[in-house]
Amino acid sequence: MGLESVIADALPEIITTRLDSLVNWARKSSLWPATFGLACCAIEMMATTDARHDLARFGSEVFRASPRQADVMIVSGRVSRKMAPVLRRIYDQMPEPKWVISMGACATSGGVFDNYAIVQGVDKIVPVDVYIPRCPPRPEMLIHAVMMLQEKVMKESLRDRPDVPPSEAVEAVPPGTLPATGVSATNEAAAQETPSRPYTIASRHERRRSF
Amino acid sequence: MDIEREKEIAKGARRTTYQVPPAELVSALRGEHEGWFTDAVEAFGELTLVVPREQIVAVCAHLKSAPGFEFDMLSDVSGVDRGPEEEPRFEVNYHLFSTKRYHRMRLKVLLNQEDPHVQTVTGVWRTANWHERETFDLMGVIFDGHPDLRRILLPDDWQGHALRKDFPLRGYEPYSLT
Repeated sequence: MGLESVIADALPEIITTRLDSLVNWARKSSLWPATFGLACCAIEMMATTDARHDLARFGSEVFRASPRQADVMIVSGRVSRKMAPVLRRIYDQMPEPKWVISMGACATSGGVFDNYAIVQGVDKIVPVDVYIPRCPPRPEMLIHAVMMLQEKVMKESLRDRPDVPPSEAVEAVPPGTLPATGVSATNEAAAQETPSRPYTIASRHERRRSF
Repeated sequence: MDIEREKEIAKGARRTTYQVPPAELVSALRGEHEGWFTDAVEAFGELTLVVPREQIVAVCAHLKSAPGFEFDMLSDVSGVDRGPEEEPRFEVNYHLFSTKRYHRMRLKVLLNQEDPHVQTVTGVWRTANWHERETFDLMGVIFDGHPDLRRILLPDDWQGHALRKDFPLRGYEPYSLT
């Protein structure tokens, strides 16, 4: 929204606790997932939204075809190395605040696919909030994961997760390209400091988690 | 159903194989064109011709149009790695099928490790394009004259050829963007 970060900056201690609970309640009540079915877990993810399990009770039934409109990425299935940069790009396209659910054994750890083609855990690519075990998980387990994520969202504070600051906004990658490096026109010096990130820059979300 | 009947069915099922071109045609081919194939193996109801790699395009072009053969379809091109200790190390197998005669045949080309080059057959069957790209991608066999010899399954920046016997199962290094 933008307003809450202005308030959080202006009045850091006074008003934000009450505003936190309001904003977090609004965020957790409509966690829109991005449509990103990768493998057999995606069948269970579809079943989660059907009439029997009805994920709509928790406000998460609206699977968006565009990552620009999504809050949660449900990584449902094995992530191949060829898919990994694509997944990271979709994650980067999602606006803050954003969360990731790693669904099933393959997305969490590679599962039975301990080989050259499969990324051994999607947390090698994006930061994960909730992991779901089993192969595949029941729809109830995905609903449970969404509820755990809602609890997590309620514990967040606006000060932890501001909107994208101006310094990061100018680092935007030109649209329509799949960059081989994190280099952009305005940020070549920063890219030389961290040459080991071949596809993207660290998001605000990720940087907060790393310490 | 009794056991005897089941056994009979199983036996019959195992006997069913596909048709192969008539043997006299194959022997006539050997007589007409010296050096087109070094060996003709018929085993398990399947016919395999071992072809020198210099002759593969000529043999394919002939088999596609010659009366009696008429192999108008290339159903598969597959690569085989027999292992680094074997010589010759690589095989390329061409599986041919005739939609008119309804018979099948296999051509086998043997390649050395040092020089895994073979002429492309995209000029004969256009479907060979992607089949040969796959064989190049996973086995490292190079098809000379191919119009677009890029990787087709693995990522473009991949190092090595993943289905070779000496490629480690888990790859050379763990993958991570962080």
